[in-house]
Amino acid sequence: MSEQLGAVWVIAETSGSKLAAVSLELLGKARELAAYKEGAFTAAVLMGSAIASLAEELIAHGADRVFLLDDPRLAPYQNDLHALALTDLIKNHRPETVLFGASYRGSELSATVAAKLETGLAAHCVDLRIDHRGELVQVVPAFGGTVLGDIFCPVSRPRMASVKPGIFPQPARDAGRTGEVIKITAALPRDYQSPLKALRVFRRQPPALPLEKAPTVVAGGWGVGAEGWHLLEELAGELGGAVGCTRPALDEGWASSEDALIGTSGKTVRPQVYLGIGISGAAHHTAGMKDSGVVININLDPGAPVFGVSDYGAVGDAKKILPLLLEKIREHKGEINALRKPDTPLTRRGKN
Amino acid sequence: MNIAVCVKPVPDPNHYHKITIHPETKLLARKGIPAVINPADKNALEAALQLREQAGGKVVLVSMAPPDAREKLTEGLAMGADEAILFSDRAFAGADTLATARVLAAGLKKIGGFDLILTGAESADSGTSHIPSQLGELMGWPHLNHLTGLNLQVPVLKMTTKIEYGYIEYEGRLPMVLGIARESNTPRYISLMGVVAARNKPLTTWGLNELQLASGSTGLAGSPTQPGDLHPPRHGRQVELLEGEPADIAGKIVAVLRAAGVLV
Repeated sequence: MSEQLGAVWVIAETSGSKLAAVSLELLGKARELAAYKEGAFTAAVLMGSAIASLAEELIAHGADRVFLLDDPRLAPYQNDLHALALTDLIKNHRPETVLFGASYRGSELSATVAAKLETGLAAHCVDLRIDHRGELVQVVPAFGGTVLGDIFCPVSRPRMASVKPGIFPQPARDAGRTGEVIKITAALPRDYQSPLKALRVFRRQPPALPLEKAPTVVAGGWGVGAEGWHLLEELAGELGGAVGCTRPALDEGWASSEDALIGTSGKTVRPQVYLGIGISGAAHHTAGMKDSGVVININLDPGAPVFGVSDYGAVGDAKKILPLLLEKIREHKGEINALRKPDTPLTRRGKN
Repeated sequence: MNIAVCVKPVPDPNHYHKITIHPETKLLARKGIPAVINPADKNALEAALQLREQAGGKVVLVSMAPPDAREKLTEGLAMGADEAILFSDRAFAGADTLATARVLAAGLKKIGGFDLILTGAESADSGTSHIPSQLGELMGWPHLNHLTGLNLQVPVLKMTTKIEYGYIEYEGRLPMVLGIARESNTPRYISLMGVVAARNKPLTTWGLNELQLASGSTGLAGSPTQPGDLHPPRHGRQVELLEGEPADIAGKIVAVLRAAGVLV
């Protein structure tokens, strides 16, 4: 088949029967990148079993075409099978740019396919843009996000990139968008024997308020201590937020699970308010929170690097401040509730 | 059961906040930051040492790095690896992950006789997590990354890999290339006896010629991706310090939370 001039592809990822948010976020970016080339279109690649109904979602979020690889052998996700099918599809259709979510699966799949095609792949991008020469600039973090570097892929095609979830905004759903669904029937060679076998996929129920969607994030580090950790949970509860943590707090076992980890090897959060407690400010943590709205940090050391990425730096012992803060917040809420008339709901108050 | 462990020396992640970019030369300033074995690679070495205890054989360390990496490889030998081979050549400099995997694969094929290749799931400095998959492809072996669990009943491997909010259990067969995650184990400490023993373990260096790679296939020249400018992330924040007694500070934080609209 012919080369698809400037086509920008997004490799969709599914979680159960749903599309991962990052896939939709990438479709918005794909449209922006495709707009630089006359006649270029966006396409999504959807691989799995009994997933055809998701094609409409991809179109509604920005895909002009959807390559549908619906094959029982493609579910559950298995690196070798997905990589084989995708490599074949790319060779046949020759897109210019291929974008993946930098999830565990997306990172593994993108690296595998890049090696099969011997092409360039930029990992965990935090920005993608076209420069004045028309080259794609892929901005990647290094040294835990202390440094950002531009990566180019001048010759090899397709150029490929993985992008962390939560970097690009999710485009609005447009039910009126139309697109073409292209069914790929022989996605895998009939006689291919996989050397691997995925026995079981286990998924926990994600928390009711996932960290990356919480309006307030209360993050704790080494300075919180084991005995103070439950106060973070209480504080987040009072503020209607979620608890995040640094690597040392996770390694100590204070944080409930890796889902709470913020930073280069964890989540990227950008809440309205980030309240960091006992966090020194290691770059691999701050890379995951630097785009938050208002940033407050409590640290004993006025020279702590974390104050370099803060709007407000409370200098003091987190172990002493934390219980007092919780007390004052409860006191304040108590006053507000006492003022509230029993049957008039409190309307949202603006800034004072 | 012969196991290769690929390791990479990286600047100590505990010092990354000290790394700056020179405003004119745009080069990295990382003076005084000590090198360590990439943390996840230590988990890979620990996994290999445990498998050797279970199934016998030997553990060979390999690394593609500048000549001073010999010191870090000696540390790995002191941890318990049997021998180490450093792939080092000016022609390897500036490699992206594909060009790195090419050198590692060529070296590992030349040594030969491995049943299993382990490496860290990701490096602390560039953090791409590409190497386990790309090395697997270039070896022509099956591969998985982000392993948190590994159980071997020769030649069958039971493996657990991480996904968001969960995991996948796999079954595979040797040989394989596996990327080991940080939480899979706790690397052992180096003993004094280990340090002494490391002095008598073989540590070799191979360059482009020994690996019989075509010139132009390695380093920056052999890399499909090319680096451009480095820049610092933009924070654009000017910190206002909140000071005083703990109770005063707590009061000030409440005021900030209210002004920000998360506390009515």
